[in-house]
Amino acid sequence: MNAPGKPAPTVRPVALRRIILRQSKRANVGHIGSALSVADILAALYSGILRIETPDDPERDRFILSKGHAALALYAALHLRSFLDAETLDTYCGDGSLLGVHPERALRGIDFATGSLGHGLSIGAGAALGARLEGSPRRAFVLVSDAELGEGSLWEAVMFAAHHHLSNLVAIVDWNGQQALGYTEDVLSLRGLPDRFRSFGWDVHEVDGHDPVAIGRAVSGFPIDGPPNVLLARTTFGKGVSFMEGKIHWHYWPMSDEEYAQALAEVEAGGET
Amino acid sequence: MRAAFASTLAELAGRDERILLLTGDLGYKALEPFSERFPRRFFNVGVAEQNMVGLATGLAECGFLPFVYSISTFASLRAYEFIRNGPVAHRLPVRIVGVGGGFDYGSAGPTHHGLEDVGVLRLQPGLTVVAPADSEQTRAILRDTWDRPGPFYYRLSKDDRLSVPELGGRFSLGRAEVLRRGRDILLLVAGSLATEALAASQALEEIGIDATLAVVSTLNPAPVDDLRGRLEGFDDVVTIEDHYAAGGLGTIVAEIVADSGARCRLVRLGVKEGPDGVSGSLPYLLRRHGLSRESIVAVAKAAVEARKRSDS
Repeated sequence: MNAPGKPAPTVRPVALRRIILRQSKRANVGHIGSALSVADILAALYSGILRIETPDDPERDRFILSKGHAALALYAALHLRSFLDAETLDTYCGDGSLLGVHPERALRGIDFATGSLGHGLSIGAGAALGARLEGSPRRAFVLVSDAELGEGSLWEAVMFAAHHHLSNLVAIVDWNGQQALGYTEDVLSLRGLPDRFRSFGWDVHEVDGHDPVAIGRAVSGFPIDGPPNVLLARTTFGKGVSFMEGKIHWHYWPMSDEEYAQALAEVEAGGET
Repeated sequence: MRAAFASTLAELAGRDERILLLTGDLGYKALEPFSERFPRRFFNVGVAEQNMVGLATGLAECGFLPFVYSISTFASLRAYEFIRNGPVAHRLPVRIVGVGGGFDYGSAGPTHHGLEDVGVLRLQPGLTVVAPADSEQTRAILRDTWDRPGPFYYRLSKDDRLSVPELGGRFSLGRAEVLRRGRDILLLVAGSLATEALAASQALEEIGIDATLAVVSTLNPAPVDDLRGRLEGFDDVVTIEDHYAAGGLGTIVAEIVADSGARCRLVRLGVKEGPDGVSGSLPYLLRRHGLSRESIVAVAKAAVEARKRSDS
């Protein structure tokens, strides 16, 4: 998806996960499972789906991490794309740092600050509408969590984007079935999710959210005209670390030394998957 | 002021193609001067104020100057967090237009009474809050501020006939405009109650009280330097606003008095009662909440007489 002649820079999921674990451990903070859940999606986005030569290019695609609590995965992707240096990355959650648990606009590479759920898709729809008004091929990608679909404001944006045929808007749902205090099926059911988006007028695509190639293939097939597209990415919360996968408490918990060693070993052993 | 807003915005949009107008399905028989001239730059986004502000945030980031339009309560309160985390946090030039501040939508009932919009919005750093006194000043404010950096909130009256000839459409961001000068008492009025306050100041003159009356149209950032200077020489100051007595102009002046050590007595006229479900016409509600010209006269007269008694 990048300019012809320029190979897409590859952000390897294993490298991304390594950074997530290392920085979470160093800063002794949680939200690890959420970041691991979207690691492969971000690897796909920053390996060529997003057209970003530099973060300062006004004609870049916009990316909004509406589930801002997974910002560490985004910082890792920015670092692996050389938009964020190692020294700055190491300030994650430190005093005076721009790298908080949720992303901040003042940090180069972050298009929009997020952290309050239900906000990002509206911004993305505005960015997509702006691109259309300017006749620009820019697109807007918004990564939302599945639990975030409980926010009514998000559906305002869903309706607007469908009504205005914002084909340059892509929503990606991190569909891991978990939220802070429980499983979505127990908290607020998302049963029939594909039909919900379909009935609102979106083109719906289901994909393995841990397969960057499949994600890239799905996005490259989106038509230029037509309704907005939503990628329902089936994911596993805490993906890549056996003792975190599907476990509610890893939404907030930090790792002990032993847990960190095991998590890192499993991620390294998992390699490219 | 709606007609003045729509026609002036259309005039500016003819010069600057970055200007867009979004409405939350409001502005019937008001926005046509813009929507008919620029149909491709006009969006009725439906009844969805949060999304409207979110859209404007995304549009402003890529260079547009989006104006979002709704009734003041919906524009400020329903979308409040989107304003905070959007144009305020990103310092983007989103323009929020809140129509019907105060009791303009009197008989529509309390859901439509804009009594805390200024109070909540002036808490947001970098969000400029302006409240024009009449249609002519609305035009002047738009022509002065439309392309300034950062977000704005325009608090407009829905009354197109409001006119304060003595003001002559003067506006200078961060400065109050003096309508008349007197030495007995200082009256400071916010926005569209200027006509009431002016009538009150004229009635005061007839009973021998010479008031200075200044219209405060910039409410955030607080016009501290300007108002501090205006307080000098006055023992009595009355603030007048169609807003809860807490949070708006009265609070701004109280903060300035406290911070500067000004030696004056301050009376804050505003809405002091909680919502009790009562609605009615604008004149009725102004009388009910002590904001009519008669109430202003009574309060100012009492303040001056009390001082004279204590001086003698």
